[in-house]
Amino acid sequence: MQIPIEYYLALSAFMFTVGIAGVLIRRNAIIVFMSVELMLNSANLTLITFSSYLGDTTGQLFVFFVMAVAAAEAAVGLAIIIAIFRNKLTVNIDEINILKW
Amino acid sequence: MTLELILFIIFGSIAAATAVLMITRRNPIISALFLVVNFGSLAGLYLILNAQFIAVAQVIVYAGAIMVFFLFVIMLIRPENEQKLFAYKPQLKIFASIVVALIFLQLVYVIFFAHTGSEINKEFEASVKAGTVEAIGRELFTNYVLPFEITGYMLLAAAIGALVLAKKKFE
Repeated sequence: MQIPIEYYLALSAFMFTVGIAGVLIRRNAIIVFMSVELMLNSANLTLITFSSYLGDTTGQLFVFFVMAVAAAEAAVGLAIIIAIFRNKLTVNIDEINILKW
Repeated sequence: MTLELILFIIFGSIAAATAVLMITRRNPIISALFLVVNFGSLAGLYLILNAQFIAVAQVIVYAGAIMVFFLFVIMLIRPENEQKLFAYKPQLKIFASIVVALIFLQLVYVIFFAHTGSEINKEFEASVKAGTVEAIGRELFTNYVLPFEITGYMLLAAAIGALVLAKKKFE
């Protein structure tokens, strides 16, 4: 007997929802960024699940590209956080509001 | 209960618990370490799903490189008044829980009641064959060689961009 595909999809949905909650609730820019990584990973889990259940390699290739993009995004995003911290001495996203009107 | 189901329950519950712990801890370093555990248990789930190459890449790229990078940045940034950072407004909490509940109910409805995936049955041989390094490398260097090369240039651009952004400015 094999695991129904719904179990994996439900776990992925739960992790995605936790990521959304983290983005909405937390004020620390680094934690918000880590929540975005969590959401990326839950999407990866869905892609791998379908790839495995359908016996198709394409989903795993897509996860490979998502990983590369996530690495690039983490590098640029954390560099932006460091640059903002150097100017404003805070990582609180409530105080970083110069683009808000 | 098969071994597959037992392993799924172990790794899945670790992944779900560490995700919740990650967003509720006050100390960012502890959050980052819980996220490392989460990525490790996801690698275990990928192994159950016969995706060997992606499981190894997950441990090396995510749990290794990206999370060490996060820990370095947390170390560089002076610890702030976490009490102030954590004191979120109550109306924001209510708004967040409504949004989160709506999205979760929507996803659960699509997964369990819309019967999109109920006809999918795993063929073990095809599933094992799809996850090997050989299959992924063959696709990567034949049909997807242009996206692969573009990914290389994107990583180069991101590295240069990060250097320029984080560089100390001398006036």
